[in-house]
Amino acid sequence: MQMPVPNPAILAKKAAVVAALRAVLPADAVIDAPEETRAYECDALAAYRAQPLAVVLPRTTGEVAAALKVCHGFAVPVVPRGAGTSLAGGAMPTEDAVILGVARMTAVLEVDTANRFIRVEAGRTNLAVTAAVESEGFFYAPDPSSQLACLIAGNIAMNSGGAHCLKYGVTTNNLLGVTLVTMAGEVLEIGGPWNDAGGFDLLGLVCGSEGQLGVVTEATLRILPKPEGARPVLIGFDSNAVAGACVADIIRAGVLPVAIEFMDRPCIRATEDFAHAGYPDCEALLIVEVEGGEAEIAEQLGLIRQIAMRHAPVEFRESRSEEESRKIWLGRKSAFGAMGQINDYVCLDGTIPVSALPQVLSRIAELAKTAGLEVANVFHAGDGNMHPLILYNANLPGDLERCEALGADILRLCVEVGGCLTGEHGVGIEKRDLMLTQFNGVDLEAQMRVKDVFDPLWLLNPAKVFPLDLSAERRC
Amino acid sequence: MKPRDESELAEAIRAAAGPLRVAGGGTRPVVRAQGDALHTNGLTGVHLYEPAALTLVVGAGTPLAEVEALLAGERQRLGFEPVRWGALLGAVGESTIGGVVAANVSGPRRVQTGACRDALIGARFVDGRGEVVKSGGRVMKNVTGYDLVKLMTGSWGQLGVLSEVAFKLQPAAASEATLVLEGLDAGEAVAAMAAALGSPFDVSGAGWMPDVGAMLRLEGLAESVAYRVARLSAALARFGTARIEREGSGALWRALGEVAPLHGLAGVVWRFSLKPSEAPRVVARLDCPVVLDWGGGLIWAVLPEGIDARALAAPYSGHATLMRGKGVVFQPEAPAVTALGNGLRAKFDPRGLFSGGVGDGI
Repeated sequence: MQMPVPNPAILAKKAAVVAALRAVLPADAVIDAPEETRAYECDALAAYRAQPLAVVLPRTTGEVAAALKVCHGFAVPVVPRGAGTSLAGGAMPTEDAVILGVARMTAVLEVDTANRFIRVEAGRTNLAVTAAVESEGFFYAPDPSSQLACLIAGNIAMNSGGAHCLKYGVTTNNLLGVTLVTMAGEVLEIGGPWNDAGGFDLLGLVCGSEGQLGVVTEATLRILPKPEGARPVLIGFDSNAVAGACVADIIRAGVLPVAIEFMDRPCIRATEDFAHAGYPDCEALLIVEVEGGEAEIAEQLGLIRQIAMRHAPVEFRESRSEEESRKIWLGRKSAFGAMGQINDYVCLDGTIPVSALPQVLSRIAELAKTAGLEVANVFHAGDGNMHPLILYNANLPGDLERCEALGADILRLCVEVGGCLTGEHGVGIEKRDLMLTQFNGVDLEAQMRVKDVFDPLWLLNPAKVFPLDLSAERRC
Repeated sequence: MKPRDESELAEAIRAAAGPLRVAGGGTRPVVRAQGDALHTNGLTGVHLYEPAALTLVVGAGTPLAEVEALLAGERQRLGFEPVRWGALLGAVGESTIGGVVAANVSGPRRVQTGACRDALIGARFVDGRGEVVKSGGRVMKNVTGYDLVKLMTGSWGQLGVLSEVAFKLQPAAASEATLVLEGLDAGEAVAAMAAALGSPFDVSGAGWMPDVGAMLRLEGLAESVAYRVARLSAALARFGTARIEREGSGALWRALGEVAPLHGLAGVVWRFSLKPSEAPRVVARLDCPVVLDWGGGLIWAVLPEGIDARALAAPYSGHATLMRGKGVVFQPEAPAVTALGNGLRAKFDPRGLFSGGVGDGI
């Protein structure tokens, strides 16, 4: 992955930039000592690092605006940062960029259960949003796996999803409004606790724009009443194709589970060794979760059982208690950790049409074999969002490159069958150079024109999302 | 002009000498654009329908009725429940699916399932330069690149002409029932609807019509609906005893979606999208015939001509659109937000083809 060469003129201005930032921000909000800025040199795509020029950690929207005005004045690139959990390099800095972290802005500003929304500062963690409304029987639906750590600001930037978005949608479907600070330091209110935009849907544009259009400092989020109950069922199959067909039949039958998760054999084995969840030893495993009152859960699970039985599962395990539910989810939730125990891995995020599932899984197996690498699959099957984990050895020279090449092949396959490069992680630097497999130059030009409007100097997170050669002229 | 496919559409836009009046079925004459007529109802056809993937891709000029019939054949539907405004706005014609998207039309189920903009997973359009642009795709989860799909939804054709739209679908409900709380005024109704929407019973519609009262819809598998009808009735007991509509449920929601109680009334039609709890006070200030949807978050109102409903209703958190009548169509926005909108317009439609006569601003 290439990053642009740092601009020497900006590196030379470092002292002046830092002094100007210190002049408008509290002393502890500006960090420029190399030993301290090192903590911000990468995000969860840890293979790529660069030490930023400086880091600012404002506490208010006003401070964010002040910091951006300074950087705008010096024409210094700014990389917004939440918790740094991006798997795509969305928060990775360059040496000539200032990191603007919103992690100190964590307050709950308003809870309104009658109108079903919460307004928070964008540095609050995803899970802490739900925690603020749980006692009143509500929750915030998007649930990325990193929800304990990741911040709402980053969720909005990447339009994060999660396991339960089959029913509840992703961030953009649960976001009502934002306070957005532009690169020029202007503070805008977009949307609010009402439905839809009165003019252009700028909110929809900002969500998922990977920190390239503005810095979100506050967010109004839709909250939902908690269902009465939820129960998973575990279904094992002796082939991926049959499991895939079962997913299609469940969807077709008109049951809409909140989650349908899929794990293949390599993943089942690894998690079983790690978490001892008691999963059956089989080729493919589905976890299907439904919600509602007791009778409703029974009705839906009855239907799912009927459908599953037509596909001769090797196992159909309905949870009968909280403890059994926990065990069913245990393996799935520890899948990534389990993989991390046995190997280094890269986690992909392409989406495919659900109907292409069996075909894509067998193609991935072939590609992996050719590449001489192992791939484990664990993903959100209901919406076709795949997470192939490619295992490699970081200490083996050339292994990361082989792994990345295989990853690119798999993502191209996703596009080929009608899907996309990224379902919920974002493009960042990771998929930037693959964008032309999914879009043509005209499509990307249209997107870049949007950035031209919000950030004419291309200072916000500039080296991301678009192939570097396509954005070269715009980036100064 | 009536292009028959996307390349003819692009050709027509490239060749346009002046402003264009883009129309699908002409059933939502809200933006009164001027210029040569460009009809999109030749851009028809089902490009892809995969029931097992809950995915539909169609030409933007395809009649809404055709789309609905196709989906009904597979017991599926557009979850956001597109509604028809023709009778309310005094327009005859056949609503097209592209028009639904351009106006971001969502019906009562918006409170549960989300809006048209939430169900739209991909779009192709021709911008004012005559270039074909694609955004999104055909899969439900897609964060690849900027979400121009959202930008196009509800942009009333100001940035380009849609040629193809892709939706995430929903299974049709096996059964439905509606709780009707009669005799509630708009204020009491908003309180009852807030209680229902804040309950765990998955309410899929919450509206109020004069002469009917508050309506709350439950959909799903038969036993599940029966269970929730009982539980929700009990939870709302303080608002009165609910009458349960089963056979008549569908007709009630069709009437609400089409804003039937306001059909044929003289005056201008306004549509407020606002914070639901503010609805009772806004309704009182407007003091005119109204219909409420989305738990009070949507107010339809008919006022005499010449009255500035925004001033009369103020203060409120949200926006009001003048749907039928003379005046400023869209809620004025903060100058910085307007500037962004104008910037986008200049990029996507540098020749001003799609903004003729829309000096009111979007």
